[in-house]
Amino acid sequence: MRVGILRAVVALLLTASLSGCVGTAATGGGAVRLSLVAYSTPQEAYGKIIAAFQKTPEGRNVTFSQSYGASGDQSRAVAAGLKADIVAFSLEPDLTRLVKQGIVAADWENAPAGGMVTDSVVIIGTRKGNPEELTGWSDLTKAGVEVLTPNPFTSGGARWNVLAAYGATSARGTQHARGVEYLGTLFGHVPVQDDSARKSLQTFTSGKGDAILAYENEAIFAQSKGQALDYTIPDSTILIENPAAVTVNSAHPEEAGAFLAFLHGPVAQKIFADNGYRPTAADVPGARSFPTPPGLFTIADLGGWDTADARFFDPAHSVMADVERRLGVSTGKK
Amino acid sequence: MATVVTAPSGAVAPGGAAHARRAPARLRRSRATAVGLGAATLYLSLVVLIPLVAVVWTSVGDGPGAFVAAVTTPSAWASLTLTVGVSLVVALVNLLLGSVIAWVLVRDTFPGKALVDLVIDLPFALPTIVAGLVLLALYGPDSPVGLDLAYTRAAIVVALLFVTLPFVVRTVQPVLGEVDREMEEAAASLGAGPWLTFRRVILPNLVPAMLSGTALAFTRAIAEFGSVVLISGNIPFRTEVAAVHVFGQIESDDTTAAAAVSTVLLVVALVALVALDLLQRRGARR
Amino acid sequence: MMRYALRVVALTYLALLLVLPVGLIVWRTFGHGLGPFAASLSTPSAVHAIQVTAVVAFWAVLLNTVFGVGVALLLVRHEFPGKRALNALVDLPVAVSPVVVGLALILVYGAHAPVGAWLARVGIPVIFSIPGMVLATVFVALPLVARAVVPVLREMGDEQEQAAHTLGAGPLQTFGRVTLPGIRAALGYGIVLCLARSLGEYGAVAVVSGRLVGQTQTMTLFVEERFAAFDQQAAFSAATVLALAAIVILLLTKLLRSKGGA
Repeated sequence: MRVGILRAVVALLLTASLSGCVGTAATGGGAVRLSLVAYSTPQEAYGKIIAAFQKTPEGRNVTFSQSYGASGDQSRAVAAGLKADIVAFSLEPDLTRLVKQGIVAADWENAPAGGMVTDSVVIIGTRKGNPEELTGWSDLTKAGVEVLTPNPFTSGGARWNVLAAYGATSARGTQHARGVEYLGTLFGHVPVQDDSARKSLQTFTSGKGDAILAYENEAIFAQSKGQALDYTIPDSTILIENPAAVTVNSAHPEEAGAFLAFLHGPVAQKIFADNGYRPTAADVPGARSFPTPPGLFTIADLGGWDTADARFFDPAHSVMADVERRLGVSTGKK
Repeated sequence: MATVVTAPSGAVAPGGAAHARRAPARLRRSRATAVGLGAATLYLSLVVLIPLVAVVWTSVGDGPGAFVAAVTTPSAWASLTLTVGVSLVVALVNLLLGSVIAWVLVRDTFPGKALVDLVIDLPFALPTIVAGLVLLALYGPDSPVGLDLAYTRAAIVVALLFVTLPFVVRTVQPVLGEVDREMEEAAASLGAGPWLTFRRVILPNLVPAMLSGTALAFTRAIAEFGSVVLISGNIPFRTEVAAVHVFGQIESDDTTAAAAVSTVLLVVALVALVALDLLQRRGARR
Repeated sequence: MMRYALRVVALTYLALLLVLPVGLIVWRTFGHGLGPFAASLSTPSAVHAIQVTAVVAFWAVLLNTVFGVGVALLLVRHEFPGKRALNALVDLPVAVSPVVVGLALILVYGAHAPVGAWLARVGIPVIFSIPGMVLATVFVALPLVARAVVPVLREMGDEQEQAAHTLGAGPLQTFGRVTLPGIRAALGYGIVLCLARSLGEYGAVAVVSGRLVGQTQTMTLFVEERFAAFDQQAAFSAATVLALAAIVILLLTKLLRSKGGA
């Protein structure tokens, strides 16, 4: 008899957990579940945007599962089978990888703003009050200065950092040798190369390093969380452009498309702006204004991502592969 | 879902009397044994055996040369030597302090001893990431005592000491508890001082247990991930342990290299455990 | 004198290593009162994390209990070739690093791996979803129930089972009426250990989970993710809950150990 009771309890727990299982993993009661896979930094922003989207008629019955991590790693995960309806990365090549695998349609660039949902710039973050007075690229290579930047072979943010440094010191690529030399010197001042932009920020706020190369929005985020850091926008820096797209094999293409359109719309763009991202839409009502550095350049000025990737970030033969090899740091695999 | 295994109980009577009634039962039993064994083997294969074989298989998938190359890259090699080195240090510290703690728990009495005894097992029950967090809180940048060990090798040692604390203590405690007091008293009455008594009478009985606990502590230490990941900073060549290195390789989709380093870790652990097994069997023979 | 010296050394070491750090976290968690603690654990992602942890732990404990009892009976009551190998195999998970566990499972059950691809085709995703996490947790907690039950089974002897058999009881009856009551305390102890391990697993699930907040995030992953997002309150709160669960489990094991002589 006791066995009977035991059996009943087990059966009850089983059904409870099974329904719990289903509840957390699938749709229930007509609701649609979309999976958002994004890079590490916009987690807070997307949380708020999703809440706002769910107040719209298109988003009423939509729930989200969200995954955040290093841009390159997330892209590779989706390629390896991580289910995603919307993907958002910190740089174009991580999206192009999925286009090549047929997971994202090739016409993603036809969306507003060329498929980009947010912009930012590479900044130099420092301790509060900037005691070491680090405001420009040349300051970072002064003796004894430690600079943090993630590993460019795993982190999208790091690639932006590298290209910003290169573009600024090589006069937008016209003085290639100078730029390469600067990169070699700069990375000699990097004590830790975390694998994602967010982890790099973590390391900096934990007390390591004198300066950090980061997205402007990361610095703003850290400040909003009460972290003691200041930042300077160097005169010459790169415009960071972050793409987002829907996947081809999404089970809910309509809702996914609606969410993507929402991301380009004024409500989401304002939320992005509130979280420190530069909106890609023109004239977003109520958005804060961001200063434009005089020497701002874009990836297009450096020949576009294909050229830059091949030249700088090929794991076998490239500028950064050489730099990292000389430092003995892992270049991972593409 | 796994098939429910109810291996039927039944007496095994090796060489027992062959009653006419027993014969059909034995047939039933050996069939039951086969079913149970089959189910158990299936479960173990699906969960443990095949995945582990896959790791070793993948590691040599590109040939032995690639295996060696993956294991001897500067950062991989650094992580392996760091891991083994730190784990040896930690194992030795545990050998000493674990034995001291076991001694205090068995031979000493003081108020609150039962509580102390309970607390020893906390590292067994506490999730490793929580262990890392609590150590970071006390010995990291926000430390209330001003002791910031974050991003140093000392941090790894502290984290590993935390997670391996119970091993030596719990293997030595029962043995120490059963040591024959009469022999100690006899030695004392013959004029032996406490240290001599300890060395000649007690210690020999404890050595197998001490070594056994140390080997377990070592094996645990080389595998550790969760508790070091927060406090050590995972700086390649300085504070990146092997498990963290493998994690990075998996994230970068470099499964062959990850599998290679993993295989080395598995081999080291197995060597330690085989040595332990041999030691125990030798100890049992005495 | 020596005795006091040893006592001081032991207690100081334990205080510095164990008591103070854990105490600090609990202190910091409730530093702003019960309100923030409760609030940080009532967010949707926190609630999901608790649910996911419960589901994963439940299945892992259930599977390993069934397996553990079965394999214990096999090892103690039966003879067969390869018994030593089975014994060693059951103990194997202890020697494997959690990250290696994750890698091993990805290599077999990942979407591009032989078994995984087939499973994905028939609609059972493993990696990046709950079944994968259950699998990872089953792996790391595998030996615990078996190891707790084996010594007691051995000590118990099979006379009672033999008696039941000669009286005409079927195998299931014998198990339920004779064996199970005898190993109850040890089984309880093993289940509690298995539960502790399943609740606390981090490395293996970190590798196979895909970090899907609200879907494949256990409490341990939640702790790490919240910490990385500068949300110390949530990270500490979840860590404290896990620490308190660990202490409760310790008390339970102590109770069961003294009861059944496991």
